[in-house]
Amino acid sequence: MSSFARYRAAWRLERYAPALLLGIALLIYIAMALGLGQTRFLTPEAAVSILNRSIALGMTAVGQTFAILVGSIDLSVAHLISASAVVSSAIMDGNPAMMLPAAFAALALGAVVGTLNGLLITKLEVNPLIATLGMSLVIQGCLASFYGSFKGSVPDEFQIFAYGNLLGLPISLLVLVMLTLLAWLVLRFTRFGSNVYSVGGNRDTARAAGIKTARIVIASHVICSLYAALAGLYLASRLKSGSPWIGAEGAYDLESIAVVVIGGTILSGGKGGIWGTVAGVIIFSLIDSIFNLAGVDAFAKQVMRGIIIVAAVAFYAVRSKRMAA
Amino acid sequence: MTQLPIIEMRGITKSFPGVKALCGVSFAAYPGEVHALAGENGAGKSTLMKVLSGVYLPNDGAIVVAGKERHFKHPLDAIEAGISVIYQEFSLLPERTVAENIFLGREPTRCGIVDRRAMETEARRVVALFGEAQHIEPDALVADLDVASQQLVEIAKAVSLDAKVIVMDEPTAALNETECEALFALVEMLKKRGTAIVYITHRMREITKLADRVTVLKDGWTAASYDHVPTPDTIVHAMVGRDIGDYYAEPATAQEIGALVLSVRNAGNDQLKNISFDIKAGEIVGFAGLQGAGRVALARALFGAAPFTKGEVTLAGQSARFQSPREAIRAGVGLLPGDRKGEALVLMQSVSDNGMLTARALSNLAGHDKATRFASTTSMDALLRQVDVRAGNFSQEIKSLSGGNQQKTIVARWLSLDPKLLIFIEPTRGIDVNAKAGIYHLMRELARKGAAIMMVSSDLPEVLGTADRVLVMRLGELAGEFARGATEAQIMLAATGEKVGAA
Repeated sequence: MSSFARYRAAWRLERYAPALLLGIALLIYIAMALGLGQTRFLTPEAAVSILNRSIALGMTAVGQTFAILVGSIDLSVAHLISASAVVSSAIMDGNPAMMLPAAFAALALGAVVGTLNGLLITKLEVNPLIATLGMSLVIQGCLASFYGSFKGSVPDEFQIFAYGNLLGLPISLLVLVMLTLLAWLVLRFTRFGSNVYSVGGNRDTARAAGIKTARIVIASHVICSLYAALAGLYLASRLKSGSPWIGAEGAYDLESIAVVVIGGTILSGGKGGIWGTVAGVIIFSLIDSIFNLAGVDAFAKQVMRGIIIVAAVAFYAVRSKRMAA
Repeated sequence: MTQLPIIEMRGITKSFPGVKALCGVSFAAYPGEVHALAGENGAGKSTLMKVLSGVYLPNDGAIVVAGKERHFKHPLDAIEAGISVIYQEFSLLPERTVAENIFLGREPTRCGIVDRRAMETEARRVVALFGEAQHIEPDALVADLDVASQQLVEIAKAVSLDAKVIVMDEPTAALNETECEALFALVEMLKKRGTAIVYITHRMREITKLADRVTVLKDGWTAASYDHVPTPDTIVHAMVGRDIGDYYAEPATAQEIGALVLSVRNAGNDQLKNISFDIKAGEIVGFAGLQGAGRVALARALFGAAPFTKGEVTLAGQSARFQSPREAIRAGVGLLPGDRKGEALVLMQSVSDNGMLTARALSNLAGHDKATRFASTTSMDALLRQVDVRAGNFSQEIKSLSGGNQQKTIVARWLSLDPKLLIFIEPTRGIDVNAKAGIYHLMRELARKGAAIMMVSSDLPEVLGTADRVLVMRLGELAGEFARGATEAQIMLAATGEKVGAA
């Protein structure tokens, strides 16, 4: 009978790995700045500017975390970001009174795209990679053919989103922090959040436990798309008008997946969380900053990012194999 | 009998493409009773329970709960009707805590916020019902628990759901003797609380010990149904539906046993300790033991999949501590894994391609794929016919074949390489009764032709009926050796390490 009582809490390195990686990246950055005598890169202002560089990626990645945790993935976020930026700037067209309707339209677009993605994946049982890739192509095609008629611009008032400050901090950064906290609260403290983990962990188990799994998957995709639409609004505000390429240029689809994975959320779903994703986003920004400090060219930076992504995933894979043995 | 059943299934029929899994099966569960559901693998027990739990929709028939006919469209409907199923493969999420698993999908909330304290309190309450010896921390991760405790979490889930019917699908499959006893005590406790237990098993001992009623399924039909517990022989006869006479093949005669083929001396790795034994040509040696006793680890070590790190192994006189399956295959070892679909077959390829798999793998990469060094498609066809694979034609996809025919195809695969040692792991798992007899006779035939055969099986009657000699493993070591004619009790004692007289 004693075997029933056996319980040993294992110390799980991989749970702290994102924090560890973040610490390493931070140390390298500080060492680099000190070594080069560039202490102005170590001020709070520098920290804010590092974070501020990743607002759009941060928003997208927080949303992507939902899609991946539920056991799905969303490749359509990049083009959705473009679409959101283009649609909102076309509706505003320089008129401050249209700001709210424009934001509303962009979010509605996100909700529609997310719902469609979710329906394709759950009801038609299309593989998420293919469903969202297809959705991505559709959005891209629509943007390309309609762009001629979208000659919008963003009123100055709307640019406060990207350039305004509140209490000495950029408004956009505050918005990202709030969106992140909201996502964390939902995942950690609501039944919906628990269900996201359950469905991602094992869809059959979740279904057998009485969870309506299709709804959870669809809702996760809607959240993912809403966050992407918000990222599109932010980019429109920053760039003063929407362009149909901003999403793709930022490679937000692949980068958002990369930072989620670096943050320790496993691609098959059910394990991970928002703080890992936050760590992943900051790690990516720090890598950028480190390379800027070192004066390395953009191509080398890209190679380094690639290596880090693969190394992170390999690390988690090796760890989980050891756990199973 | 005056009582109304809690649930009643009437004339349930369920078909899958190409298979009629259930055919007019009726079944009832009464409060405070254990109804044993017996039957061979593939008899339809699990399908019937999946219909009951709302995972499958029946094609025909009715489910009556408390006098009302119900149609479960989603597992949620069945749960709400008070039905909980504990599947053999647990439906637990390893990365979540015990409390989270117990409340999966129905977490208590306060103002929309999951009430973790309430969850832990309720989890503690339910686990406490099981007695002090079986303590589980509600905030432990399920991945950190052993199998018995995981099962306890499943039962706790059902109790916490206030289930009126709890279905247990072969609950003792992965438990050791002590854990089984604890489980039986739990079942008795649930009975006293008025829960109806549907107990799926094919172990007679458990039926005799626990059941109040017995229903036997065979090939999707109700073969027999008793309101009492009949003798084990009666149940077995209903399960098997044939006489056991020529079920197993004749054992080897003294002349048939030939030269030494495999010799293992003091071999070990991180899962195995101090293993020494021999197998001769013409001999079938059975390996018995509990789950995780090291039998599969030993097979994998011999096959080079998880190599020995110490000791000596020789195969027909040559040193044989293989570091990879490829080396082992080259030297004349073949392995038929227990998980056919997962480890042995390429389901979407043809019977013929599945037969040729290893021959092609070991042949020249640039060579002809229809005529390799070891086998041609023609010689493979002959081998497939020789082992009696029944298929429309050998170019059809192997996934459409029955388990028995799939297993025979894998045998043919190895025959093309003319192996000295064949390792069968759970050779008849998921194979119907008549096909099982075919596999036993085939194994004997291979032995008569001079192969040494190692058979790892958790089915004790099968080991006793087939093997010329039985080796028992326990905790990674050899714990006993028995000549033909040993009893199940003797083997179980050696496997569990209990003193004689304890059982």
